[in-house]
Amino acid sequence: MTQSNKSLIKERKKSIQTKGRQASPIQCEANSVAGCVSQRACVYCGARVVLNPITDAVHLVHGPIGCASYTWDIRGSLSSNADLYRYSFSTDLREEDIIFGGEKKLAKCIDELVQRYHPPLLLVYSTCIVGVIGDDLEAVCKTASSRYGIDIIPVQSAGFSGNKSDGYRVACEVLLRMIASPEGVEKNDYCLNYLGDFNLAGEAWIISNYLKEIGVQVNVAFTGDSTYDTLRTAPTASLNIVQCAGSMGYMGKRMEEIYGIPCMNISFLGLEDSADSLRRISSFFDNHYISARTESLIERELELYAPVVEHFRSYLEGKKAAIYVGGGFKAISLIKQFRELGMEVVMIGTQTGREEEYHTIHQMVEDGTVVLDDANPSELERFMLEQGADLLVGGVKERPLAFKLGISFIDHNHERKHPLSGFTGAANFAREVYSTVCSPVWRYLDARGIED
Amino acid sequence: MMNKPTRVRNVTENPCNMCMPLGAIIPFKGIENTMVIIHGSQGCATYMRRHMAEHFNEPIDVASSSITEQGTIYGGEVSLIKGLENLITLYDPKLIGILSTCLAETIGEDLQRTAAAFMKEKGDQVDVQLVPVATPGYGGGHSEGYLQALFSIVRQISQNTEKHDRINIIVPHISPADIREIKRILALMQLKYTLLPDISETLDSPYSKPYRRIPGGGTPLAEIKAMPGARATIEFLPTVEDELSPGEYLEKEYGVPLYRLPLPMGVEACDELIRVLKTLNQQRVPEELKRERGRLLDAMVDSHKYNRDGRAAVFGEPETIYGLARVMAENGILPAVFATGSKSPNLNQMLQPLLAEYEEKPVILLDSDFISIRDYCVKRNVNLAMGNSDGRFLTEREGIPLVRLGFPIHDRVGGQRLLSIGYNGTMMLLDRITNTLLEAKQRVYREQMHKNYYLPSTAAANFK
Repeated sequence: MTQSNKSLIKERKKSIQTKGRQASPIQCEANSVAGCVSQRACVYCGARVVLNPITDAVHLVHGPIGCASYTWDIRGSLSSNADLYRYSFSTDLREEDIIFGGEKKLAKCIDELVQRYHPPLLLVYSTCIVGVIGDDLEAVCKTASSRYGIDIIPVQSAGFSGNKSDGYRVACEVLLRMIASPEGVEKNDYCLNYLGDFNLAGEAWIISNYLKEIGVQVNVAFTGDSTYDTLRTAPTASLNIVQCAGSMGYMGKRMEEIYGIPCMNISFLGLEDSADSLRRISSFFDNHYISARTESLIERELELYAPVVEHFRSYLEGKKAAIYVGGGFKAISLIKQFRELGMEVVMIGTQTGREEEYHTIHQMVEDGTVVLDDANPSELERFMLEQGADLLVGGVKERPLAFKLGISFIDHNHERKHPLSGFTGAANFAREVYSTVCSPVWRYLDARGIED
Repeated sequence: MMNKPTRVRNVTENPCNMCMPLGAIIPFKGIENTMVIIHGSQGCATYMRRHMAEHFNEPIDVASSSITEQGTIYGGEVSLIKGLENLITLYDPKLIGILSTCLAETIGEDLQRTAAAFMKEKGDQVDVQLVPVATPGYGGGHSEGYLQALFSIVRQISQNTEKHDRINIIVPHISPADIREIKRILALMQLKYTLLPDISETLDSPYSKPYRRIPGGGTPLAEIKAMPGARATIEFLPTVEDELSPGEYLEKEYGVPLYRLPLPMGVEACDELIRVLKTLNQQRVPEELKRERGRLLDAMVDSHKYNRDGRAAVFGEPETIYGLARVMAENGILPAVFATGSKSPNLNQMLQPLLAEYEEKPVILLDSDFISIRDYCVKRNVNLAMGNSDGRFLTEREGIPLVRLGFPIHDRVGGQRLLSIGYNGTMMLLDRITNTLLEAKQRVYREQMHKNYYLPSTAAANFK
């Protein structure tokens, strides 16, 4: 096809590699190339993803309407109590606000929201134009905060000021500011914070239950099903475990520096990683009771779910997977999960993976696997077809592309409505892969039609 | 109370609006071999693509100039030019819509100038036409963006041409299935036409191999150029101000006779369209259309008593709201709340004649949001919502069932295939409405009657 020859833009070449054929490391953590149809989002997106699951906060977007509109209740974070986070508030800036400044309108919006909802926390997200028109978010928030006696914190998330990863960082700064406690804190033994789980389809609940069973308490998850009050207790934990390192690795590192809380990267995606992570947590606490409980939990869960994974593996062995997800942590976990299913990863990429994550990916995949950073639809199309992928894992934008190419698809995004974490999640993942790869619909796409 | 002034609050809660550039993407997606580049931060294009991909279940490729911090300070022209070059390399489009964003407009980007500079420098190397449109996110909602883009396309592309025997059909933001229905009716009436924008294939493309990055279909560019030579224009944009009406422009500039009609929703609006088509083709109405009309009438009679139970809240884009208002008026469904995120200056006035027969007058919310809609739904005892899938919030919070139509439909498949216009489409829409009312009634009536009327025998014994 003539199309494929055109699918590479010169500036993109350093961001695409085939394992075994290049010596230099992949180019990543760079700005997107204009006009290439990057799948990346913006700083605001990153900040909102991380902070939105705080259930009792008012999330107010300071800007024109679009940014609030595209993020209204689109994510599957569940709450055990408050549901204010499922609303989308906007100052809805208009032409006159752009000319005369939006500070007054912002102040009025904050007044209205505090009076109507009495939130313990109000987050004001800055969008692209806020800095450009010269609004002083910090000042408006400070004034309102002292008037109402609640935390009103600006989130400096102007879209153009970086990419989604920078937004994660901004969110972590906000969280650090929120939990800051001037007095020294007393640590609770056997109590940890669970960083980088947004409680999609109840995933943070599943992991909390495991930990409770082995005798460890989850103090608070960042930020799945969290509240202002629970987050504020974070400094009292004696360990931080980090699932999504892309968004929360920084938070863990900073809390280690500030509060001396040790930090451990774990992963609850897949049977192997789930068991391994529980064992590592257990050995951190170095307690016979905990390690005995951990082993019996793992034994029981594997007994329940390993046969399920095994069953689906028999259908999936030898199939080829392509991965294109947001961050490196998820990509790495997915390689292992596909291995559990007997599937080979033939193409793998992320929107905002970091250099060290690409290094890990490079070591894990087989020779000939295509690795790409900040890919676009043309590249995804070309390499999925060239590599003969049977399946793509990705987000909403990638789904229709896979389907149009006749390739099955896994939604590994924030909208999912079934958990993919823990042992039960690993079984769900296997079932989902089976349900798409082995669907009868593909047969008809290849079958001879009615033409001749 | 007939009406409510526009917003009294400052804060918008749960928006009923998307932003201007999103609306502006859609008409471009309905033109053959066309791509769009958004001049703004990378996230804008991505959010809009995601929002549209989830509705249409189609790949939505939209480029971005990916303005960075540097670009914001020193200007984004360089990024835009580079973006255009790369976009042409990857997709080879014949037309590119260049849309601005709140950021681009605020930092003072001049799209016209950049486009002209690009063509001057590269014009002889590339076979592409550029249509820049100013769509600042703060300038209006997606409805306004759609209209702005549509108008700019006609104004910037059309040229004085020899007369030909096609008619122009200009449509608002309706589903690909709706557009296919209009085309079917035009074919039955044996008329040649230029339909703009034609998303019927591009945003609901059949599965085929090999994959095409720019899907087939869409209004041919040559036909848009020739719109000034058409016999007439039929434009389904009655609520739009004259200054933004492409049909008015073509009439004023080139003398193309204009018929401004409501969307063919409801018997009368469909009849109106058929009558105009009849005067244009000077032929009898085909039997098939007559039978379809008769079948719609039959359906209306079959369901009229159920429909009387409906107290509806209707929200979305102005032309669809107006069309639904006509369907409701013809079928005895009470409109309790009309709401749009658009400021639509003419909608209110246009709705008035349709409301004359109702004892209870609806509230009309312009420039609205879903918190206001919800408040009025409760106050007005609404039992039926009609509009895009953001109305699921009304179902979840207030138990009001939702008939889905419009954009976006995010929580069901097939939003792009919902047919709601023409005799057939009206009939299918009416069935969806009636069945929603029936389902709601069947769910509760046993329990309700039991609660209202049943007295246990022991209670009666107490009187002895």
